[in-house]
This record gives sequence, C-alpha cells and structure tokens, in this order.
Amino acid sequence: MRVTLMVPCFVNQFYPKAAMAMVEVIERLGHTVEFPEEFTCCGQPPFNSGFWDEARPVACQALQNFSDAEVIVGGSGSCVAMMRVFTPELFKGRKEEQLAREVASKTFEFSEFLVNKCGVTDVGARFPATVTFHDGCHGLRELGIKKPARELLKNVKELTLVEMTEAETCCGFGGTFAVKFPMISTSMGEVKCASICATNAEYVVSNDSSCLMQIQGVLDKQGKPIKSMHLAEVLAKQ
Amino acid sequence: MNATVSSFLKDAKRVSADLRHRSLIQNALKGYLVKRDEKKAQFQDWQHARQTAAEIKWDAINHLDKYLAQFADNAEANGAKVFWASTADEAREYILDVAKKHSVKSIIKSKTMTGEEIHLGQALEKAHIRVVESDLGELIVQLREEPPYHIVFPSMHLSRHEISDLFQKKLGSEPTDQPEELTMIARRAIRGEYIKADMGISGANFAVAETGMISITENEGNARLSTGLPKVHVAICGIEKIVPRMEHLALFLPMLATAGAGQALTCYNSLIGGPRQRGEVDGPEEFHIVLLDNSRSALLADPEQRDALHCIRCGACLNVCPIFKNVGGHTYGTTYSGPIGSVITPHLRGLQQWKHLSQASSLCGACTETCPVKINLHHHLLHNRRNAVSESAPFIEKIAMKIFAQVATKPKLFEILSVLARFGDFFLGLVRNTVLDPLGAWTKTRSFPNSAPKNFKEMWRERAAKKEEAKR
Repeated sequence: MRVTLMVPCFVNQFYPKAAMAMVEVIERLGHTVEFPEEFTCCGQPPFNSGFWDEARPVACQALQNFSDAEVIVGGSGSCVAMMRVFTPELFKGRKEEQLAREVASKTFEFSEFLVNKCGVTDVGARFPATVTFHDGCHGLRELGIKKPARELLKNVKELTLVEMTEAETCCGFGGTFAVKFPMISTSMGEVKCASICATNAEYVVSNDSSCLMQIQGVLDKQGKPIKSMHLAEVLAKQ
Repeated sequence: MNATVSSFLKDAKRVSADLRHRSLIQNALKGYLVKRDEKKAQFQDWQHARQTAAEIKWDAINHLDKYLAQFADNAEANGAKVFWASTADEAREYILDVAKKHSVKSIIKSKTMTGEEIHLGQALEKAHIRVVESDLGELIVQLREEPPYHIVFPSMHLSRHEISDLFQKKLGSEPTDQPEELTMIARRAIRGEYIKADMGISGANFAVAETGMISITENEGNARLSTGLPKVHVAICGIEKIVPRMEHLALFLPMLATAGAGQALTCYNSLIGGPRQRGEVDGPEEFHIVLLDNSRSALLADPEQRDALHCIRCGACLNVCPIFKNVGGHTYGTTYSGPIGSVITPHLRGLQQWKHLSQASSLCGACTETCPVKINLHHHLLHNRRNAVSESAPFIEKIAMKIFAQVATKPKLFEILSVLARFGDFFLGLVRNTVLDPLGAWTKTRSFPNSAPKNFKEMWRERAAKKEEAKR
C-alpha cells in the first residue's frame, strides 16, 4: 500500500521521533510511505475554540494535501478525529464537503490502521519493559479505538502491559483547554498521573502525543521517573 | 471579564487544588460506577435501550406542542389545574398566588431542580412562608444555606462528620458517624412537618401525555408524603419532561435509576394524576401543575442542539465528567452543572455570559458516551463555542486565530517559524516562571518540552537524502 503520513503540527515540532517510528513500522510491513511536506496543521486549534471561519482555510489545506492519497495514517487520535469526524462537519453544505468525506473515509489512526486495515497484530517488535497504556479520548470516543493498541502491545516480545485504573479518564490536555483552564487541566493531569504511578510501570504509552505532553509535563513536575513513549516508538523497537 | 467568569475561575482554582475534595468525590463516584455497571449488565442490551430511549424522547421533543397539549387536557380532565409559565417570574407569581389564596404558612418541599432553577424557595421565604426541605440531601444543604452540589446527590460533597456537626448545631442532635442514625435524626425532624404543612411542592421526573399524570422517582418516600398529605399540591415541571405514553415509563424508570444512582429501580415510583377524586378518602384537595418554559423553547428552536431537551436529569454525565469531579458542583454557579449544565445554561441564561461553561471542557466525550438518552453533549459544547464566537469574539483571540490561519496556510512560513521556535527555546528558558513567560499558564504546573533538535520535515528530508546516497 502507498501510505501517506499525516504528521500533526506539534509532533513535527516536539516529537518527530514518534512520527519517524511510525514510518519505520509501516515500511517494515512492506508498504511505501509518502509524506506531503506542505501539510501544516489539521485546523483543530481554531476549530475547538469556536473559530470555524478561521479553521476552514487550514482544514482545506489539509484536504488538498491528502486528496490524492490512497490511505492516510496519523499518529494522533485527536488530529485523525479532526480529519475524520469534524472536518466533514466544518464543511457541511459547502463545496468542500464531498472532498472532506472522501478524505475522511481513508484516514486512519496508527493502531487501527495496523490492526483493522492491515490485519496485523504482530509487527515483530521487542521491548523488555513494563508499560501501561493511556487511551487518548479522541481516539477512544470519536474514533471508537480501544482494542488495537492492546493487541499490538500484547505481541511485543518481553513486554509486560499493566492496565491502570481509569485508563479511559481524560488526562486533561484538551488542546487550548490546557492553557485556558490550566488549574483544572493540571488537577486532571495529577489524577491521571496518580493512576499511572500506581501501576509501577516504567513507561506510559499512548497513541496520542498531546496526551503524553500533558502527562510527562505533570510527571516531571512531580519528579517521577516514569517516561512516556508513543505507541509507534514501542512498536519500532527491535 | 464578567463577574460570573471570574468567580468560576476562582472557585475552579480553589476546588481543583483541594485534595480532600478530590478524594472524597472520587471515592463517592467510584462506588456509583460499580453499582451502575452491575445494573447496566442486567439490561439485555444497554446500548439498544439507549437508542430506544433516545427515539422516544426525539418523538416527544419534536412534537412537543402536540404532547404538551395532550398532557394538559388529560390532567385537567382529572381535576388538576395546569398553569403554563413562560418565565420563572410567572411560575413564582402563580405559586405565590396559590399559597396566598390558601393562607399557606408552611410548605413541605420534595426535591425539584426546576424549583431550584426559578429560586422558588427564596421567593416563598421572602413572602414569609416557612419552607422545609423533606429530601435528606436537600435538607442538609438548606441547613447549610448553600445550593445543591449535584442535581441528584445534593450533599455528596459532605462527609458524615460534617453532616453530624451540622445536625448538632441546627437540629440539636447528638453527634454520630452512623449514616442510619443521621437519617433517623433527619426523619424525626421532618416527620412532624408533613402534617403541619399547608402545601406540598414537588417536581416531576416525567409527564405522561397519554394520561395527564406526572411520575416521581425517589428513594426516601418524602415525595409521596409531601405530595399526599397537605391540602394543596403544586408540582413544577419543565416542559421537556414529557413522555408520550405510560408504557414508556417501563423503560425510563429503570434507566433513570440505573444511570442516576446505580439502582435497578428506586424505592418509590409514584404516578400522580389529579387531586382527591370523588369517593377517595385522602389526597390533596387541589393539585396544580406548573409547566415551565423559561427559555426551553429557545433550545427547542435550535435543531442542532434540540436533543439537549431529551435530558431526564439523571446526573450520569456529571458522574463521569473529569471537570465536574475536579471543580465540584458549586463552582458552576448555576442550577444545572456538569456537562448538561454546560450545554444548556448558555441557552437558558445567556450565551455570552455563560459560554465559559462550554469552554471549560477538554471535550473527552465521556458524557456523550454515558448519557442514557444519547444527547450529543460534548459536540454541543463545540457548537456553543462556535455560536459564541459568531456573536462576539474576544478581540485578541480573534486576531491570534486569524494570524494562525494565515501562517498555517503558508507552508514555507510555517516551516520557518518551526525552525525559529527552536531558538526561541533559549529565550523561553530565560523567562520561565517569570511574568514574561508566554507559556506561563502551562509551565507553572507542568514541564514543557523543548522543540526537537530537528523537526520531522528535516528528519524526513535527511532520511530521503541518505537513501538517495545509498542507492548511488
């Protein structure tokens, strides 16, 4: 398959290694990876804040970058949700609606691409560590993704997966929410980190780097040794 | 920034940092979740039940004019007096008139959030009528002179020791930390009030159009006594409480109990169809139903968010909301809190003044997932945000978004800024935790990552170049 990579703006800036890990895993499975260098952002920041007029040109740019793709894979549940669920709503009744629906129909989050689209649950990874998994809310509830990540982690050699209590509770990032309501966001982050630390895992893994930014941010402030990793980085390990 | 927003922010900050509150609420709700999941599993198919309930409510709300008229006709045929209150003022005035007509000196109230919404208690007390709350949780917050904390569990924020201290002070009882004893203290205090009361006021969980009856769901039995013993019973009922047929209660009563309290059914479920009928030996002589609009019809007129009127006030969305759990019910500063409150309050009380409730959410979607009638709660928060911005966007934020849109549609400019931001890390380091820190809202409580030494685009280009090299 010709796989077109969607790299969210903040992954490009802060966590490029996570995106590169996705490339390695996808190529390991025998697919070719394409990357539209002109893609900047899916438009979620203005969209979430209610600035839909300002979000449209940005979302439109995203659509144009992905219109020729065979299949699009993104490593962030929130950006994939933006492209699949919200962009069609953003363009409802407008001339871009058709394109928005077409692009939505071929956009996947990384773990659901591997398991549901490729039918693969073992990518030949090896990572001797104890990890716990945090379900990013957009992937979980907008895209309905819960099982794929766990099936993939189950097949990573020498890896132990420990489930935290309240794995499905929001970490508190929520995009602009994290800076508009920092005290609520922080206390939500503290609750999440308490769940994580109670597992005694060495790593907290997620399929959404924005959640990991929040979680690592709180863990660092608390001086906790747990490190965060994107699911792709775990799967890329051999 | 208006006063409502600044007090929200102040309270949110204080309560979300209150670790005692955090653990108290978390523990209370953990218990609820376990019971709720047990009872959900007793349904053959909970998701199918949700879909059916949503469809029944969809029919009710989308034909509300027909069903309200049918309800009123049937209720009046049974001898009830129906009053259509367009506003909170009209509702309060009507109820005060009824009280005056009957020289009411004392009123016993069972739980009604609609009554809370129109500040009925305060209006009655101002008219020198004694109002006693018969619901244990409501009695507790009435004694504490604070509003209910949660639409189903008004005093869930209090420990049994705090309740014991309160009863000692206000009811003259002995200290105890046994819930059964605390309940008996309240029971003794309220028991005499039922007989003394000249009027009983209740809410209504459902209004059945087919029979003109209201349905009341409760665990304590206080609603049965409040509505059965006094000479006059006034029920206040939001117009959205309509269900078309009696048989629908066979689904809604268990769903309300399951989602609301983790019970298969609550202890008492009553249907009240009229005042004392000819040949009956007891019951009120007069039964009034106040149907309340109070801007619900504004929400009805919005086809995108109309499903918010499906709400059966179960409180399930509050119970799963991480924002609610961290800031607590009082922080919202309005009758309806949690996700449903954040969706409907801007419609009921003004978009610009209350939009902050729709903004204070990470949009995790737990509310939508749990709602027994499938209201698209978290998406409506987005819709409210969009509507608020269309009406009136804050100037600086609008400029920032316009700049973002410009930059994000110019890939080369975006790339330049991405690289420059790397060097910005150095300056950010200098101003960190000072007043000049632009990321202060984040960095006060969390570490912020540095930009990666190379962004993904650069790494990709390098990798592609290496591959080209290797080919040659």
